[in-house]
Amino acid sequence: MTMNEQLGKGRTVRILAIESSCDETAAAVVENGRSVLSNIIYSQIADHTLYGGVVPEIASRRHIEKINQVIEQALSDAGMTLDDMDAVAVTYGPGLVGALLVGVAAAKAISYARQLPLVGVHHIEGHISANYIENPELEPPFLCLVVSGGHTHLVKVTDYGKYQILGRTRDDAAGEAFDKVARAIGLGYPGGPKIEKVSHEGKPDAIAFPRAKIADGEYDFSFSGLKSAVLNYLNGCRMKNIPIVQADVAASFQQSVTDVLVEHARNAVREYHMDKFAVAGGVASNGTIRAAMEQMCIQEGVHFYHPSPLLCTDNAAMIGAAAYYDFIAGKRAGLDLNAVPNLKLGES
Amino acid sequence: MKILALDSSGLVASVAVTENGQLLGEYTINYKKTHSQTLLPMLDELVRMTELDLKTVDVIAVAAGPGSFTGLRIGSATAKGLALALDKKIVSVPTVDALACNLWGSSDIICPLMDARRQQTYTGLYEFTDGMLHTILPQCAVAISEIIEKADKLNRKITFLGDGVPVFEEYIKTHISVPFAFAPAHCNRQRAAGVAVLGEILYREGKAEDAKDHKPEYLRLSQAERERQEKERSFQI
Repeated sequence: MTMNEQLGKGRTVRILAIESSCDETAAAVVENGRSVLSNIIYSQIADHTLYGGVVPEIASRRHIEKINQVIEQALSDAGMTLDDMDAVAVTYGPGLVGALLVGVAAAKAISYARQLPLVGVHHIEGHISANYIENPELEPPFLCLVVSGGHTHLVKVTDYGKYQILGRTRDDAAGEAFDKVARAIGLGYPGGPKIEKVSHEGKPDAIAFPRAKIADGEYDFSFSGLKSAVLNYLNGCRMKNIPIVQADVAASFQQSVTDVLVEHARNAVREYHMDKFAVAGGVASNGTIRAAMEQMCIQEGVHFYHPSPLLCTDNAAMIGAAAYYDFIAGKRAGLDLNAVPNLKLGES
Repeated sequence: MKILALDSSGLVASVAVTENGQLLGEYTINYKKTHSQTLLPMLDELVRMTELDLKTVDVIAVAAGPGSFTGLRIGSATAKGLALALDKKIVSVPTVDALACNLWGSSDIICPLMDARRQQTYTGLYEFTDGMLHTILPQCAVAISEIIEKADKLNRKITFLGDGVPVFEEYIKTHISVPFAFAPAHCNRQRAAGVAVLGEILYREGKAEDAKDHKPEYLRLSQAERERQEKERSFQI
């Protein structure tokens, strides 16, 4: 075999991908990074709703219970066996360490027992790569805003597997702010979809919540101030016996988040002269945020890309997409691959 | 019959292969708790040294708990991945029972002690009669005082072993009334060979399970579940 053949260039490469970084146990089979043959997600949301958020130990316990079932289902949905796979890929960070370890240990064992190459994937790289799946024409370079329960990153994708982080959150992730505000106004967990739904009945300009700017980081985000502003507003209303209109609070909060995200994105599109802009991550399935981003892209004359909601949430298809480009670039992980809970993008 | 056994329930990481009543090889490290990085490379070393074809293994035995939650899951996920890839079944071996097997044939009462934190120990009481391991008290998570009280009542000599010994040594020495001993270095920690031996017995009893159904036996709820239960209980009062 030539080096190029070994690296899978010019042939079909099928990857079994595994993702267990938070509260979804997921496995997928992806062909050549773009074609999803199966995508199985076991969501644990019901297990964590009781606690108002993801409980790491409970998440880890569910992962170990479901991992084989999810992998077997992914293979059988694809109509394949491990014999048809060219590599095994797994998310090894960032995320909850106990949760990550289940996927990492299982992936390593499968790759070892079958002598299949192992590829370790960065979770955010996976989210960004979700855009490749439904947009066959999308290729780097492009800008991508990754917004989820654990992450808020504005990234310049310079090439496959090459990332320049333009901005990140200094405190809470955008999705985290959604969860906290949802809890404060009595909507419960998970906050994102609940706030979006109730916002439809509220006025986005009813309350003037702050839009945080970071003095020394033009593209960085901060959402803890916004969250505090919401809490202060609620306390103020209670003290003054002013009725709280849940839908107005939700809509005004959501508008504030949207404005900040769109403004950062717009500035980056202009400064970096990019003609392609993508969103990714769980919060990217928020209709209001997506519509505002699309609007901005139309105004700026750039192509807008977004994964469908299923590929916005944590899933393994996106890990398989990212892994393909790592695979053909020759990146391989060893049997000593460890979970890295605070893995930085571009450090792999 | 060939058994591949794994134990990463505590500070020790251990892998072993037994075949027809013989130990082909065992690799045990009692050093740092980096099982995620070491367990599979250790297995790989063992496989290469014994020229083992993994496909010829009959069943995979794993120390299934109690133990460190994360450690147990590293062992279980590794076993589940191997079993899925090799189309094998898994035998879940109770960790404390496997520890007791380290003192196979002893005429003493055997009391493994694992450090369970929160002033507790994962423990049990065992004896060997008619050449077989018998359980007097099944593995459980209790306070050290409770297990010492129960052990005293048996009114027999007791041998302790496990990583709980250094933690509870002073307590044992000052509170126990029956004669006692501590097991020596070659047999006082988890060893995958013991997991394989007990695993074979359980396998022959038909206790192997489909890999997808295997999960660790923690003997404890998660902290969040415990606190929620306590809260509910206090509401009832």
